[in-house]
Amino acid sequence: SNRSLSTASQRYTVTLFPGDGIGPEISQAVQDVFAAAKLPIDWEVYHVSTKSVKPGEDLIPKEALDAVKRNGYGLKGPLETPIGKGHKSLNLTLRKALSLYANVRPCVSVPGVKTKYENVNVVTVRENTEGEYSGLEHMVYPGVVEMIKLITRQASLRVARYAFEYAKNNQRKMVTAVHKATVMKRADGLFLECCREVAQEYPNIQYEEMLIDTCAAHLVQNPSRLDVMVMPNLYGDIISDLCAGLIGGLGLTPSGNMGESCMLAEAVHGTAPDIAGKNLANPTALLLSSLMMVRQMKLFEKADIIENAIYDVLKEGKVRTRDLGGTATCTDYTLAIVDKIHKSLE
Amino acid sequence: PFPLGGQVTSLHTVTVLPGTTVGKETSSSLMDIFYAAGVPVKFEVLEVANPEEGVPENVQFSLRKNRVAIKGPFPTNPLSTKDSFNITIRRGNDLFANVVHCFNIPGVHSRYSNVDIVLIRENTEGEYSGLEHETIPGVVENLKVISERASMRIAEYAFQYATKNGRKKVTCIHKANIMKMADGLFLECCRKVAAKYPFIQFDSMIVDNTCMQLVSRPEQFDVMVLPNLYGNIVGNIVAGILGGPGLFPGANIGEHMAVFEQGARHSGRNIGGQNIANPTGVILSGVMMLRYLQLSGYANRIERAVLEALKSPKNHTADLGGNARTTDLTKAVIDNLN
Ligand SMILES: Nc1ncnc2c1ncn2[C@@H]1O[C@H](COP(=O)(O)OP(=O)(O)OP(=O)(O)O)[C@@H](O)[C@H]1O
Ligand SMILES: Nc1ncnc2c1ncn2[C@@H]1O[C@H](COP(=O)(O)OP(=O)(O)OP(=O)(O)O)[C@@H](O)[C@H]1O
Ligand SMILES: [Mg+2]
Ligand SMILES: [Mg+2]
Repeated sequence: SNRSLSTASQRYTVTLFPGDGIGPEISQAVQDVFAAAKLPIDWEVYHVSTKSVKPGEDLIPKEALDAVKRNGYGLKGPLETPIGKGHKSLNLTLRKALSLYANVRPCVSVPGVKTKYENVNVVTVRENTEGEYSGLEHMVYPGVVEMIKLITRQASLRVARYAFEYAKNNQRKMVTAVHKATVMKRADGLFLECCREVAQEYPNIQYEEMLIDTCAAHLVQNPSRLDVMVMPNLYGDIISDLCAGLIGGLGLTPSGNMGESCMLAEAVHGTAPDIAGKNLANPTALLLSSLMMVRQMKLFEKADIIENAIYDVLKEGKVRTRDLGGTATCTDYTLAIVDKIHKSLE
Repeated sequence: PFPLGGQVTSLHTVTVLPGTTVGKETSSSLMDIFYAAGVPVKFEVLEVANPEEGVPENVQFSLRKNRVAIKGPFPTNPLSTKDSFNITIRRGNDLFANVVHCFNIPGVHSRYSNVDIVLIRENTEGEYSGLEHETIPGVVENLKVISERASMRIAEYAFQYATKNGRKKVTCIHKANIMKMADGLFLECCRKVAAKYPFIQFDSMIVDNTCMQLVSRPEQFDVMVLPNLYGNIVGNIVAGILGGPGLFPGANIGEHMAVFEQGARHSGRNIGGQNIANPTGVILSGVMMLRYLQLSGYANRIERAVLEALKSPKNHTADLGGNARTTDLTKAVIDNLN
């Protein structure tokens, strides 16, 4: 299981989907950085792209999905979102096939990237399979639509447990369950009940409950009030984007998806077709996402070395990509990080 | 001007429901200021001993008779299965539009500038339908209801509001990419109404992106029209980035009644009874009420006095980082009336 402590000799295979647009460039950056840090990781690369898929076919072939499950780890660059092209949505395919039940988005202020907020350090754990995304809608009467929000004990317990595990493994102090049980008394009430139950198993982690509106207000006024947050699907969607906004947007936010048998780290930004192939992309978000995976492997020391290298380069501000106001290419920036890693491994 | 204004009579009677927490202080503040300004309004103050038991008959009678009210918050216990008092008042009287106005207040610290946003929130259905059941043990279904009637009505109100208040743009906030039918219907209704107001710009935005935009470029928004739950969340973000929940006014508007209350509707359990609550949101709600009653002269005078008082940090209450008590700020507003 991927929860067990790795031994020095253990090697991992990671299934990599470089993706479309700037995907291959930023994926190469991750591979280069991992090699420099001497991570015990081998890559198994699958080139999937909307362009190569025929209508009616799944975007990601079954053998690639099986590979992620077998390896336990996957990393995905941005894939062009196919809208109305006759094949199944990529995210839905992945979520279903890999049972990705929790989406985790740490939002930490990036040194040297100035935004309106300082010292943001929060993590959103979002239930990823039910809630308002059940897809159950119908017109009960002309002009009246009903949509079913589904909350189950099983999914709520599962995501709550993951949030507490995450808190424990990442030295976090507090988990906040975010809800609107004053209005959705049974649905969100059940979610809270499950969180409370799981909280009892983690006496060393503080537990609290907060209304979604109060949570949003705290995040924009005093984000340090929060630590790890766990919540149903829609709230997670909204809160994680809000948090990304606090640190400077999706280009700097890592994201990881937890499955029953695997983890898929991903870039949440788009394919940036305007700069694709020009060596101008900023690989930071994908790098930080891949570190979530490294920490899941419990290779904490290596993860810290890489993270510090990234942060040092950004803080110094000499080598920066264009989106952060610099002139460096993607490879310049990657090399600067690699350099730092070499120095700290000496 | 404020759309759907009440009738003008010589002396209005206004129902006041202070609530069980901060509302006691904030509504006193409002009444003191109105009295000092000589506003031709009489207050009928009603206490509700047990909000858990629903809306008492004398309260409902007073609301129906006066048709205009000021209300403080009534805390809802999430563990109780009883309906929230606040929601019962709104739904029971078909107060379909919640209007919240948030803007940069000179003297109040904010990370942003040039923000002036009006939220028009659907106030009767959506996720607040209260229709829920446990299908089998451990599986709960909650119904979100979106109707064409309510959506058309709120969209129409938003565009009327924009027109009458000299606003330029209305943005519909939704999640129609996921809730294709429900939010799709809401968006469709907004589009239909927008077509009748070619002089007002119309725009739509997905709710999660909206929240991200609000912490990066909030000045891009003007009037927003939103389903119930998004209104709650977005409203708190907007108030939050501009200084906090205690600052901004709100109104619940129906065809025949209007209930005014602080825009960010928090129960304020932690600060009630200590004379430290910020009364600004409630006072400005009173200003909104005066415009609704077409007493704009008084409205302008009180609004000016509040904004003048807030320019000085010594009048700031604890939520704004100051030491002033509720009564200190009230007195400063009264001193500024002339
Ligand atoms: N990793 C990155 N490095 C540098 N710039 C980026 C990065 N990601 C996004 N951008 C910039 O942000 C802007 C928006 O990017 P995005 O990829 O979402 O574009 P898009 O046209 O919406 O693509 P998609 O169709 O995949 O959603 C682009 O101008 C792009 O240059
Ligand atoms: N008028 C006001 N003046 C000052 N602070 C206010 C005002 N209204 C709300 N607040 C503050 O906003 C915050 C959120 O309020 P709220 O009452 O919702 O707290 P809460 O912890 O969510 O409690 P509850 O569960 O009762 O809603 C609190 O810190 C409260 O003190
Ligand atoms: Mg999102
Ligand atoms: Mg995009």
